[in-house]
Amino acid sequence: MMRVELTVNGQPRSDDVEPRLLLVHYLRETCGLRAANVGCDTTSCGACTILLNGASVKSCTVLTVQAAGGDVTTAEGLTPADGELHPVQRAFRQEHGLQCGFCTPGMVMATVGLLAENPHPTEAQVREGLEGNLCRCTGYHNIVRAVLAAASEQVSS
Amino acid sequence: MIPAPFDYVAAESPAHALDLMASLGDEAKLLAGGHSLLPMMKLRLVAPAALIDIGRLTELAGISADGDELVIGAMTHHADLAASELVRAEAPLLAHAAAQVGDPQIRHRGTIGGSLAHADPAADLPMALLALGGSVEASGPGGTRRIASDDFFAGFFETHLAPDELLTAVRVPRRPGAPWGYQKFVRRANDWAIVGVAATGGRIALANMGPVPLRAGAAEQALADGASIADAAQLAADGTAPGEDMHADVEFRRHLARVLTRRALDQRN
Repeated sequence: MMRVELTVNGQPRSDDVEPRLLLVHYLRETCGLRAANVGCDTTSCGACTILLNGASVKSCTVLTVQAAGGDVTTAEGLTPADGELHPVQRAFRQEHGLQCGFCTPGMVMATVGLLAENPHPTEAQVREGLEGNLCRCTGYHNIVRAVLAAASEQVSS
Repeated sequence: MIPAPFDYVAAESPAHALDLMASLGDEAKLLAGGHSLLPMMKLRLVAPAALIDIGRLTELAGISADGDELVIGAMTHHADLAASELVRAEAPLLAHAAAQVGDPQIRHRGTIGGSLAHADPAADLPMALLALGGSVEASGPGGTRRIASDDFFAGFFETHLAPDELLTAVRVPRRPGAPWGYQKFVRRANDWAIVGVAATGGRIALANMGPVPLRAGAAEQALADGASIADAAQLAADGTAPGEDMHADVEFRRHLARVLTRRALDQRN
């Protein structure tokens, strides 16, 4: 076991982990944060997307020990204690950018990462920016619409 | 999927990494961004006894100009390579290739050194390095040496790096405004090339047309001799040895090499 210290959703943590513990399992099982889903488990579907030091990453393909000293944000961390949804979350709800919801935490985190790098993407840039996230329900149109709404801040609170 | 157990040690400097490689030997593998190695470990295709993490060696990341070459640290992430103004201006083929790797999340973690050392013949950056006529720098117990891209790839997922060597940097020529073309044929987003072609400066490199990234030597020679693009591209598959898989058989890959070479050559401006 190895001791890792990292920040998860603003909270400092210190945990003993096996070197082979994947970050997504650490988040779900050690931290009890279940937003990041294990989908394909092969770096393809993006359901496990979180932010590591501000950049979107697939947490099924990161070792917890690699994230030591880092700053992790999951979908739970987007919402402050007062329960106000993050603009990207509001946009997904407003534009109905989900159906079953399994891909949604990853889609939202990938979107937060995308908009941090490119606050005003074109529709084509949104589609390319989300190429690492698969949705098997909606066909992406509402998801893309939600991202564009979030980017234009035309999201009702 | 869970990797088999392993010991983990984070290198504190390139010299420390070399010491760890010497002491841990063949049972250890270097961990850079982990986006090729960890999936293979999860599938239990490999089970190293130890990982030497070089992911914290910020001195191995970064992009700078050195004379007539750009020097790119081995730990430079694909996203940073793709976004670099210097690379986009002076080696645009390389910036474009970096932007074709996987998807944004993968590009945030994957590194140029890791991709080259992994030496997947279907990958973007090995083909790009070969097209550019770049080289890599490798450090070992005996010092640092330069390996030209033409001499770097040894076989399927195999390079001429010695077991005790660490790939530290990548060098490519500075060619502002040099025409280039890049074609990658895929059926799905974020996939590897079924066949890829990168062309610049009289060199044409092919991805997934053999066990290593290959030069389309006959097509290059025809172009140099004044052949038309269409005629030169007809020779693009000569001397290649593509495999077959669920995406394409051998003859389809040879067809793709010819078509994509013509498109890559036409794309140069």
